[in-house]
Amino acid sequence: MSSNPALNEARDTFFAESREMLQVIEDTLLALESNAADDETINALFRAAHTIKGSAGLFDFERIVRFTHVVESVLQRVRDGAIRLLPPLVSLLLVCGDQIAALLAEAEADTLAKSPAPHPNTDAHGAELVAQLNDYLAPAAAGGALLRTADPIAEPVPAAHGGVASEHWHISVRFGPDVLRNGMDPLSFVRYLGSLGRLISVSTVFDGMPDAATMDPETCYLGFEIALMTDADRQTIADAFEFVRDDCALRILPPHSKLAEYVQLIAAMPEDDIRLGELLVRSGSLTEAELAAGLSAQGQRRVPGEAPPQLGEILLGQQSVEAPVLNAALDKQLRVRERVAQESRFVRVRADKLDQLINLVGELVVASAGVNLRALALKDAALQEATASLTHLVEQIRDDALQLRMVQLAETFNRFNRIVRDTARELGKEIELQIEGGDTELDKTMVEKLADPLMHLVRNAIDHGIEAPEVRAAAGKPRCGTLTLAACHDSGSIVITVRDDGAGLSRERLLKKGIERGLVAPGDQLSDSEVFNLIFAPGFSTAQTVTELSGRGVGMDVVKRNIQALRGVVSLGSEPGRGTTVTMRLPLTLAIIDGFLVGVAGAMFVVPQELVIECIEAPALDLQQDYLNLRGEVLPFLRLDQMLGSVGEPVATRNTRRSSVVVVRTGSGKAGLLVDSLHGEFHTVIKPLGKLFQNIRGVSDATILGNGEVALVLDVSALVGSAATRLQGGTVPAHGSRALAQAV
Amino acid sequence: MIQISSEAGRSVARLEGEFTIYQAAESKPPLMAAIADSEELEINLAGVTEIDSAGLQLLLLAKREALRTGKSVRLVAHSEATLAVIDLLGLAGYFGDPLVLRA
Repeated sequence: MSSNPALNEARDTFFAESREMLQVIEDTLLALESNAADDETINALFRAAHTIKGSAGLFDFERIVRFTHVVESVLQRVRDGAIRLLPPLVSLLLVCGDQIAALLAEAEADTLAKSPAPHPNTDAHGAELVAQLNDYLAPAAAGGALLRTADPIAEPVPAAHGGVASEHWHISVRFGPDVLRNGMDPLSFVRYLGSLGRLISVSTVFDGMPDAATMDPETCYLGFEIALMTDADRQTIADAFEFVRDDCALRILPPHSKLAEYVQLIAAMPEDDIRLGELLVRSGSLTEAELAAGLSAQGQRRVPGEAPPQLGEILLGQQSVEAPVLNAALDKQLRVRERVAQESRFVRVRADKLDQLINLVGELVVASAGVNLRALALKDAALQEATASLTHLVEQIRDDALQLRMVQLAETFNRFNRIVRDTARELGKEIELQIEGGDTELDKTMVEKLADPLMHLVRNAIDHGIEAPEVRAAAGKPRCGTLTLAACHDSGSIVITVRDDGAGLSRERLLKKGIERGLVAPGDQLSDSEVFNLIFAPGFSTAQTVTELSGRGVGMDVVKRNIQALRGVVSLGSEPGRGTTVTMRLPLTLAIIDGFLVGVAGAMFVVPQELVIECIEAPALDLQQDYLNLRGEVLPFLRLDQMLGSVGEPVATRNTRRSSVVVVRTGSGKAGLLVDSLHGEFHTVIKPLGKLFQNIRGVSDATILGNGEVALVLDVSALVGSAATRLQGGTVPAHGSRALAQAV
Repeated sequence: MIQISSEAGRSVARLEGEFTIYQAAESKPPLMAAIADSEELEINLAGVTEIDSAGLQLLLLAKREALRTGKSVRLVAHSEATLAVIDLLGLAGYFGDPLVLRA
């Protein structure tokens, strides 16, 4: 089985899809905690569990099937209204979801290893959970409705009558109301049966359809009485209905079945006996005489307690999957998936294919810049016109290609629902997570790298930010704290904030700690933001108690490093008693940036465009002066030539020439960069610098210009930071100023 | 896509493209209105490229509604897709319309 590539692929898809289903289950359960359960949500839960079970069965993952079956049974009881989804059950189901995830991971590992390994821990945990789940099932076992294992295909029937004359199989099926909405088409099942043999007759039953006013066009009211001549066995026929197994009432009668079985069939189906009898006669399965005999016999022998058929009476249990059956089922699964895909208009594409496309687009951007340059040099107007439109198209392609890799942040944000819930519970706090701007899009690679810093911040907020309910109540705040994850676009970059309405940071405590750690000199006057941003210094923690979750003094500096690695900046604001807000400003993508090209001492440098606020002509400057007057504001500026140690003309001669100042945004304010020449905006494809250049501060990447020259991309925040170090070196201890610089 | 036109007390409903679960909800009201508004409705299926159970249900509903109210609903110009479904499910007799057999 494992040597079949199609099967392997299907199995990979199964793992991927099952994980998505588990996520759906988790999200739904969490939503149920805050909202009352409506039928649709419970159905969604049930369907997700059912799909995992069904698909796992196809691949013989016996452990997943066994466990999920119990979960599904409990959900079925919820769906039937026998039990209610109260918080303890929700918690239990969440843990069960984790268990299924664990089973999936093990199944995947076993598949790779090609030999199942024992997993005593998971098994033990599973057994424990099953025992708990069984508490919810216990009353059902007595009622028997749920754990019924009767095989509807071959119910024991008293041999009171002989077999009927017909030589074909008779299949009687009534589809559940949600079949169409679940993406199944009853017609396709009939078509599939036709491929198993010859359809002698099909009668369509829609007696259950209400009158025109109340008929819902998306509800399924159909049923079929089918006479099928085939050599296929029972299992094959039953498996045709695999995907609606729990959503249809199915009876299969083999050729020459006992008349009594037909009588049972007639009694079991919802339609009127006579009407159904006629259908059977019409389909050729019964003769008129047989029908008459059967109906009269039925009058005398009504089976006591015979319930109408339960949906999903064909129960799991026969997993003897043969190759053709499996293929048919996979085929059908594919068709269903196609339908789903059509519905949501999505295409699954491998991420590395997208990355390759974006790489190529990057090369295209560089190449077209080269062509542009040549065209300008040739002074051929027609050629320039042609390249201009080419450039325009390339830009569009670039934007669209990058757009392909954009994903909504909602998925990442929603993952925190569970974390917030569990962590809050563990700490005995009440916390509600609010998500704003979940539809904001961000490059997929960025989203992945954001997960860790976000996790740190969220945990910090829960652990240290939001107070215990009693403390909150005493402070006159609502008992339930609010944690907000928000995202929005702002001038070409994305801003993500983690906000809590907790106690806020204590300025005094931070300052004290800063002095203790030698980060701040005792006499220094620091602004609020400078104090709050001390928290990003390495090894800085204000937690008075170290808990399981955070407060070990690692974290915030890691967050800062992670965000900086994404070319972003992070800052923190806090109001005592009102809460803390951490703001991260990130570029939209890593691969290509809009750059602003400047010349410094004969070399070219790129400043990320989103950081550039404006460009001004440099006024006459004193050589020692490192600030200037920007419309009444003090603007500190850096002499890039000195900072970068360029070997160019001596400063004295250059100073007579006109130079410019590029005003850039830094973490909390503005700074100027003194440059020799401005070369305007340009799109640049980022090429990472090799390991050798890793420790150079102030330069983050390189890029290739159209003329083949290399330009370095400036890391503005690092530049400004190291300048701050230098400037303050005289007044505070060296390591303290470094921390300050990082906090800029 | 469903287009209703009427001429001399007789309505014609022209179905175009897919007639499936995706169109069912929007198709039902105009179809039912067309039956209510006129004595005689002709449903032209020539343009139907795909029909599924949901589409079929609507045709069944239309026919039954007509039978109930003593009106006439006829299916005409069946496309390949509709013919195949009516054929498969043995519904030709129920609809009772003349079918053009494929060569």
